[in-house]
Amino acid sequence: MTTLLSDGGAVLIRQLQKARHAPALLVLTQTMPLMMLLFFGYVFGSALAMPGAEYREFLVPGLLAATAANGLMTGMFTAAQDAHRGVMDRFRTLPMSRTAVPLGQTVADLLTTAVSLVPVMLVGLAMGWRTENGLPGALGAFGVLLLFRFATAWVGTYLGLLSRSEEAAGQLGSATFVLPMLSSAYLPTAGLTGWLRTVAEWNPISAVATAVRALCGNTGGEAAPGASWPAAHPVAGAVLWSLLLLALFVPLATRRFARGRD
Amino acid sequence: MTTTYAVLSEGLEKHFGEVRALRGLDLAVPEGTVCGLLGPNGAGKTTAVRILTTLTAPTSGRALVAGHDVTRDPAAVRRAIGVTGQYASVDGDLTGRENLRLFARLAGLRGRAGRERADGLLDRFGLAEAADRVASTWSGGMRRRLDLAAGLITRPRVLFLDEPTTGLDPAAREHIWEAVRALADEGTTVLLTTQYLEEADRLADDILVVDRGRAVATGTPAALKARIGSYAEVTVARADALTAAAGVLDRLTGGRPALDEERLTVGATVLDPAVTLPRVIRALDGAGVPVTDASLRPPTLDEVFLRLTRVPAPAHAPTPTKENAA
Repeated sequence: MTTLLSDGGAVLIRQLQKARHAPALLVLTQTMPLMMLLFFGYVFGSALAMPGAEYREFLVPGLLAATAANGLMTGMFTAAQDAHRGVMDRFRTLPMSRTAVPLGQTVADLLTTAVSLVPVMLVGLAMGWRTENGLPGALGAFGVLLLFRFATAWVGTYLGLLSRSEEAAGQLGSATFVLPMLSSAYLPTAGLTGWLRTVAEWNPISAVATAVRALCGNTGGEAAPGASWPAAHPVAGAVLWSLLLLALFVPLATRRFARGRD
Repeated sequence: MTTTYAVLSEGLEKHFGEVRALRGLDLAVPEGTVCGLLGPNGAGKTTAVRILTTLTAPTSGRALVAGHDVTRDPAAVRRAIGVTGQYASVDGDLTGRENLRLFARLAGLRGRAGRERADGLLDRFGLAEAADRVASTWSGGMRRRLDLAAGLITRPRVLFLDEPTTGLDPAAREHIWEAVRALADEGTTVLLTTQYLEEADRLADDILVVDRGRAVATGTPAALKARIGSYAEVTVARADALTAAAGVLDRLTGGRPALDEERLTVGATVLDPAVTLPRVIRALDGAGVPVTDASLRPPTLDEVFLRLTRVPAPAHAPTPTKENAA
């Protein structure tokens, strides 16, 4: 256990050092959600039936959820890059804990995410988004987002270890941007046709987005008539989804890392 | 006196689907010696190293490294080994110092001990000046030295070097060779893989020639070279002198000379160390052959294989280990 923490800490420091040497990448990943926030909020939002101000209040939690879901992309890319460049093999020849590498990487990702959610929230506040339920609600929302980020980072790590090549992981990773499109992150699901609505409502991103809305008392936080279970119980849904993903992918990624590839 | 083996393997097999990368490889590397695995791409050298360094499990057979079974007690093996190779690499996004400190910490050297170990290795390999620059900006030779330093963090009893100088220029190669020689002199057991006969010759106490997943020859560099010989090649001035030149070479070497009418050359393998270049030239001159060029050189890897296996080196053989690992 002490080796796990010490080794995990070493990997965590490494991830933060990498980020420090390539700040441009961090800025770039940071700009993306902000651009989307402005773009959706003012360009697309103006074409919606929902009044602009109300839509922007709906949108900010959705974008926070989509940013949290990006752990999938980052985790995938980080793991594939290390596997591809041989750093992973170096780790695997060292007398170190087998869980430490994915753990250190996902925790480092969690820390950078915690920091990078702040600008999105600040721009959101400037656009009229509010946390109506005070500090507990806001902290709860933040917690739900980080838990979900942690879970998706583990899923990404596993997929990155599977994909082996940086290019494949990059391609697959950028394809994940469609996942929030099929959720209630950007648009309410109530208007979708039957089966599509069910799919979108069972999308974990929907649960997270709706949970943040419910916890902050925003538009879209209450279940629409005929909503599926996760849409009706968003906070429980978001937490359960995250725990389920962690329960599946922590052992999968760890085992994959320990056994390596042939 | 009994010999203790740092690396011992029996009947190592590794299959990748249909491809049999290793087909019963036996290895015995005595402690404190340098063993060179010499072979072309796809011979199974890298696969062997990956099994011995616990990166991949053998399909069958068994291997002991520093006395520990690689499949049953990989953790003990990892405490005894250092790996530098094509795949076990350093992190280009970190500085040299950050890399070594990271690996030191992961090898169990915390705090000051780790920092001192990292700084000591940077000094030893002449990397102290560049230490605080990101490693991806370094030259290939410097990165390879950093890689070697990273492999030494654990003060390994057995060091694995997978093609340590492939792709390096001669000066950088010389630098690595010196470092490996010094390590061997300190008593570290080294197992290195290489495609270069010269490298194996310079560094190894024993060479194992590997082809298609098994050893095809083994011995000291001197013994192998005696078996392989060297290659004499003579260029003549006129095509009609080729037969005469071939006759002279045949008498000297008994090696069935090969004629190339386009390049006007005759070549033959020389096994007898008494056959020197001056002797070849004198004999040709005495027979009145108009010689424009003559050389006696070590054989290429291809020629080594031709002699040891009687089949050409598989230039386009499948390279499962590389592709799978990439």
